Amino acid sequence: MGELKKEVDELSGVETTGHEWDGLKELNNPLPKWWLYIFYASIVWSIGYWIVMPSWPLVSSYTAGVIGYSQREVATREFDTAMAERAETGSKLLEASLDEIRSTPELLEFAMASGSAAFADNCAPCHGTGATGFVGYPNLQDDVWIWGGTMDDIAQTISYGVRSEHEDTRFGEMMAFGRDEILNKEEIAAVANYVAANLAGSTPEEGADLALGETVYVDNCAACHGDEGLGSPELGAPNLTSPNYLYGNSVEAIEAQVYSPRHGVMPPWIDRLGETTVKSLAVYVHSLGGGQ
Amino acid sequence: MSERRARYLSLEEGGFALLLAATAFLCLIIAGKTFDQVLAFHASLISLAAAVGTFFIFRRYFDGDTMPIPQEVDGKPNYNMAPVEFAAWASVFWGIAGFLVGLIIALQLAYPALNLDLPWTHFGRMRPLHTSAVIFAFGGNVLLATSMYVVQRTCRARMPGRILPWFVVLGYNLFIVVAGTGYLLGVTHGKEYAEPEWYADYLLTVVWVFYLLLFLGTLWKRKEPHIYVANWFYLAFIVTIAVLHVFNNMALPISMYSSKSYIVWAGVQDAMVQWWYGHNAVGFFLTAGFLAIMYYFIPKRADRPVYSYRLSIVHFWALIFIYIWAGPHHLHYTSLPQWASTLGMTFSIILWMPSWGGMINGLMTLSGAWDKLRTDPVLRMMVVSVAFYGMSTFEGPVMSIRAVNSLSHYTDWTIGHVHAGALGWVGYISFGALYCLIPWLYNKKDVYSLRLVDWHFWVSTLGIVLYICAMWVSGIMQGLMWRAYDSLGFLEYSFIETVDAMHPFYVMRALGGGLFLLGALIMVYNLYMTARHGESAEAVAAQPDGRLAAAE
Repeated sequence: MGELKKEVDELSGVETTGHEWDGLKELNNPLPKWWLYIFYASIVWSIGYWIVMPSWPLVSSYTAGVIGYSQREVATREFDTAMAERAETGSKLLEASLDEIRSTPELLEFAMASGSAAFADNCAPCHGTGATGFVGYPNLQDDVWIWGGTMDDIAQTISYGVRSEHEDTRFGEMMAFGRDEILNKEEIAAVANYVAANLAGSTPEEGADLALGETVYVDNCAACHGDEGLGSPELGAPNLTSPNYLYGNSVEAIEAQVYSPRHGVMPPWIDRLGETTVKSLAVYVHSLGGGQ
Repeated sequence: MSERRARYLSLEEGGFALLLAATAFLCLIIAGKTFDQVLAFHASLISLAAAVGTFFIFRRYFDGDTMPIPQEVDGKPNYNMAPVEFAAWASVFWGIAGFLVGLIIALQLAYPALNLDLPWTHFGRMRPLHTSAVIFAFGGNVLLATSMYVVQRTCRARMPGRILPWFVVLGYNLFIVVAGTGYLLGVTHGKEYAEPEWYADYLLTVVWVFYLLLFLGTLWKRKEPHIYVANWFYLAFIVTIAVLHVFNNMALPISMYSSKSYIVWAGVQDAMVQWWYGHNAVGFFLTAGFLAIMYYFIPKRADRPVYSYRLSIVHFWALIFIYIWAGPHHLHYTSLPQWASTLGMTFSIILWMPSWGGMINGLMTLSGAWDKLRTDPVLRMMVVSVAFYGMSTFEGPVMSIRAVNSLSHYTDWTIGHVHAGALGWVGYISFGALYCLIPWLYNKKDVYSLRLVDWHFWVSTLGIVLYICAMWVSGIMQGLMWRAYDSLGFLEYSFIETVDAMHPFYVMRALGGGLFLLGALIMVYNLYMTARHGESAEAVAAQPDGRLAAAE
């Protein structure tokens, strides 16, 4: 122990350092030149970078760099530029009526681009990327509109929502005919079968009392849903003659809804997205296929 | 001396008995008084473990087994290899567990229904379980096993203490169990790679300080004039992880009887401390520690001297000095001041060559012995590991450049980069070390089957390549989709569309992970068969350098 036993490695011809641990030795090769030069180069480059860019902290400030680059200023400038570019067409959009937007190609293109981007990030989580909806979330591709399918109706719904916290919200609630004991079980079963057979186009249960169902319908439902079951957009009463029921058109689903209806909520978007975007969304949603 | 059977408790045993008894008592009180069910469970667990530890110390005393442990047997150091053995098998167990959880969450990303809609199996809890299991449980036990083995062999000295090595190994694994079950039960600090709550952090701190003492104690007892390079790296790893762990986890529990705590750092300072920690956990846990493994196991297996002593000195000091500055590159374009971001980036670039110094020293050690790659799949695995190390330590500085980072940040590219290092470098060097270590510990000539090592190598290499390529494509695509604008200045894609586009790559990634797990399972079988049925090494004469551990 203690003394160095330098020897020459047979395979490489390089001398060892003379240390040995558990049979392990080390060659005394110099640092690879290319390694050292790249190492130096990266240090020199970094020093150059420190001179040019903000880099080292000082007591209460930092070295700002000779070209005065600031990522905050760049970001602010880019944001302002983008906003200014959009504002040009956006302000025209703000002044134009929805029908004017539809008929002016330049505005329509802008509204469709803005609307589809806003739809994908804000509306798609509930209504789906294809806008075909889910159970409880209306399909926006068909021509069934609970609160009306004109561009103005759509803009109103988007702006203030449905049963939302906004004071101008659309609001309508169906009575809980079962839960509140307005109708008994037989009557609910009869009216559900009646609606299924005559309006929804689905299969009623065998032996259902459709005559009783009709009486119950006329007495309790027709006031909002209409004698023909066509619904009323003013009241938010759905059209019952379309098979696209919000909560399903089977007898059980209709029964459940009559007994204790579910009332979904759509949030108001006007304060969050702004008028330009809401208008674009109305144009976009209207164009999806079912607009009136 | 053999006649002396005086019953006495050494200072070490008495001290540990006291510490463990006090811990058991304190944890019992906490378990009794807390309303926090998870804390009650964990305090009971720690209390039980400490009580069992106290029992074992006293049992030895009452059995009268108080002979001092001989430091040498037949003129050879009497190495303490039982804790090494435990940590080696623990790493195998945690490795499989960690890879499996990784595969599950990879599949969850491709098929979300697999989260089963249960809180315990949800991605948010399984993901930290995966990262901690592979880094701290698998990697940590590999580091414990190899460091204890290497430091004893290269110092020609037995580790100090009768209880100390076991306290470190068992205490560390207790920490793993507390941390892992905590994640599944919903207890988390919410800091990446530092998710365990305050009490688990305390536990680890105590264990880690004893680990440092154990390592330093062995170095102190060394019979060699110089300290081998692997030990510098192990020491840097142990010391720096202690500092990082303490500073990043400075938290105030809301009460001693609650698992919840709040970190003392606030806002952007907290973010900076977190990524100073996070980046250096990579630098000192996953780089320095595993470079130490490389410096012992590659020259040993190749039977060649280390390529350059000078390079090892220069790249060691350069690496540990520069790594510690590079953390801010994780926070480009955030509320972190730009000067900190620039500084972190430049140090990341400077770090490129110091990292590659290790790669050069590992690869060039093979010069004159390259032919062994054809015949020895274990060596091949370790060499490919160094190649992956070189690849990911080049990719890292590139990704730290602000312009590149503005595309790569928050995308799967980062995940791919991390796994190139984790699966390729850390995984392979660990597997290589285990393939060497288990035969040595069990006095076997070599692993049970080199053919199976070959299979492990090819199956998992295919898995890694699939994984990394899928993540490169997916990550760059994701980054480009996020920043795509249409001609009118609106975003081209919604977030959900980018998620949808990544689906095929998520499937491919899961496939890659599955192959990696399959390879590891082949290894488990091979290691088990080595320990049970491997061909016995012929005495010590077969290895003139005394590679075999002297029997305890």
